[in-house]
Amino acid sequence: MAGLHKSEFENPVVNWIDTRMPIFTMMQKEYGSFPTPKNFNYFWNFGALAMISLAIMIATGIFLAMNYTAHTSLAFDSVERIMRDVNYGWLLRYIHANGASMFFIVVYIHIFRALYYGSYKAPRELLFMLGVVILLLMMATAFMGYVLPWGQMSYWGATVITNLFSAIPIVGEGIVTWLWGGFSVDNPTLNRFFSLHYLMPFMITGVVFLHIVALHITGSNNPLGIDVKSPQDTLPFHPYYTAKDSIGICVYLLVFAGLVFFAPNLLNHPDNYIPANPLVTPAHIVPEWYFLPYYAILRSVPNKLGGVILMFSSIAVLFVLPWLDTSPVRSARFRPIYKQLILVMVASFLVLGYVGGKPPEGIYVVLGRVATAYWFLHFLVLLPILGKLERPLPLPESISRPVVRRPPSSGGGGPLPQGATAKPMEKP
Amino acid sequence: MRIALALAVFLTAGVALAPGAFAQGHEAVEAPKQPWSFNGPFGTFDRASMQRGFQVYKEVCSNCHSMKEMYYRNLTSIGLNEEQVKAIAASATVPGGTDDSGQAVERPALPSDHFRSPFANDKAARSANGGALPPDQSLIVKARENGSDYVFALLNGYEDAPADVKVGEGQYYNKYFPGHQLAMPAPLHEGAVTYADGTPATIEQMSRDVTQFLTWTSNPDLEVRKRMGVKVVLFLTLMTGLTYAVKKKVWKDVH
Repeated sequence: MAGLHKSEFENPVVNWIDTRMPIFTMMQKEYGSFPTPKNFNYFWNFGALAMISLAIMIATGIFLAMNYTAHTSLAFDSVERIMRDVNYGWLLRYIHANGASMFFIVVYIHIFRALYYGSYKAPRELLFMLGVVILLLMMATAFMGYVLPWGQMSYWGATVITNLFSAIPIVGEGIVTWLWGGFSVDNPTLNRFFSLHYLMPFMITGVVFLHIVALHITGSNNPLGIDVKSPQDTLPFHPYYTAKDSIGICVYLLVFAGLVFFAPNLLNHPDNYIPANPLVTPAHIVPEWYFLPYYAILRSVPNKLGGVILMFSSIAVLFVLPWLDTSPVRSARFRPIYKQLILVMVASFLVLGYVGGKPPEGIYVVLGRVATAYWFLHFLVLLPILGKLERPLPLPESISRPVVRRPPSSGGGGPLPQGATAKPMEKP
Repeated sequence: MRIALALAVFLTAGVALAPGAFAQGHEAVEAPKQPWSFNGPFGTFDRASMQRGFQVYKEVCSNCHSMKEMYYRNLTSIGLNEEQVKAIAASATVPGGTDDSGQAVERPALPSDHFRSPFANDKAARSANGGALPPDQSLIVKARENGSDYVFALLNGYEDAPADVKVGEGQYYNKYFPGHQLAMPAPLHEGAVTYADGTPATIEQMSRDVTQFLTWTSNPDLEVRKRMGVKVVLFLTLMTGLTYAVKKKVWKDVH
């Protein structure tokens, strides 16, 4: 449908552009007046925080790349040059290194929010699946980025992770050689990892765009998990949620600053300050903290192929989560059993993270297996049957009138959703 | 509810089972925490101690350990002036490329040169040290868990091996080293250096000073970083308060 847009902007320049290319109208519609459920809690900050993280990573990464040399004989020293001689190079690198951790913290909480409040259920299945794609792309990007400083953990981490593909029958060895560009992790590997590490954030940006497109079609979920019924249930995104997100951003930056300025190597492994040496294997090869749960799953299976399959399945299962969960109720607030199971699931994820950082022996193997078993039990068995067995609490009528229709003297039946009453947002 | 309880019990049982598996074999003794001047959010380096530490590095450590990431010019940061730095650099002889006939030549170092390495390459270093490679010390503090405390403890941690431990040939017993045996003999002994400021050169004093110096070579950004961090955190705290007030005002009429 060709034709000029009838712009409502008064500024003549804005109006002129908007008439020919209505991006101002679009921004006004999607970020200005966009109707947003009015009962968000602070868990709903984490989407915006993830976006900020991505922007910070790209911005610092571009400047780091200007000073980095992707060659096995120069990479380590070029990173040290950034730390010592480039103006504020230490700041750029510490922001970028800790930014990866912040990005994962934020995204893990964002995913927890989606799981707790059932944001993956119809009609938001595709939105959720795009989110899982972003997670996978982030993991690939982070893994390759960790290889670039060419320290001991970079080298041995790259060796261990790329070798996983050798578990694939018949073609495995060929794939690994192809990934390496040679017969071991070496200069061609480092070079392509740098190239891909620079490419993938822009792929993430693309999928984030699709994620937001999908979000703005379905609209946001909310802590009650019920649909928006009338305009009274919503607020324009600006200024209400721009203001609320700003608080989240400030707190996020405070935590971030605490890491960067006062504990910049807290989440790093000391061995990565030793230059890569193919002849010396570190005592314990461990990935970055955000990969530890998957690493624990990998190691909890005695068979290599089995471990690799299970590890990839642990995330792949999220793709089908919208169909595994058979309950029609979204929010865990109204699902008394699910509410507890999801905490057990979080606990199993944390246990896996703890176990992943420990040597694979004794109690850690047992713990890792129990937690791995629960992870799959939760998604593949408990969620499908829970939808049939669990009796959800009565749902409120609407977001703005969260009154439940029920007999006046019913007594039991669990507490009402407290946060949904009169002034939900004013109590921090 | 009951399912959740059962699962919780199941998981806890997993933890409770297999006790004793936590026992760990030959792990190193954890280095005791030291009250370093550079600890904490307002920490700074002790210039006098760093300069003494540099002397220890120059006269003792640098006979075996390289420090490739450092330049002589960096020494102005430990409180030396440019003349002193020039003199220190000039006292070292470094490879100076080739002359007109293509022969390798040597020349006195300049402030813009890297610290001189004691050996031409790793093989030379190994051959002179009974097969062991003395690690480069540019990043030694960052490359070890609790690096400053560890380096200090290691330098003070040499002692006679317990009766039941057989120390290998060319190995020395140190309770803080992982595995307890390392190829470096105790590097410091009482009075190994003579401090210009009259500080008694005890092993503990020299270890403390050289650790100050090595912490700086690993973290030359530390002081600037912490100073900036305090300002950033103050600013963000203020900003958080302000943003909270704005949000409250914006949301005032929502119910």
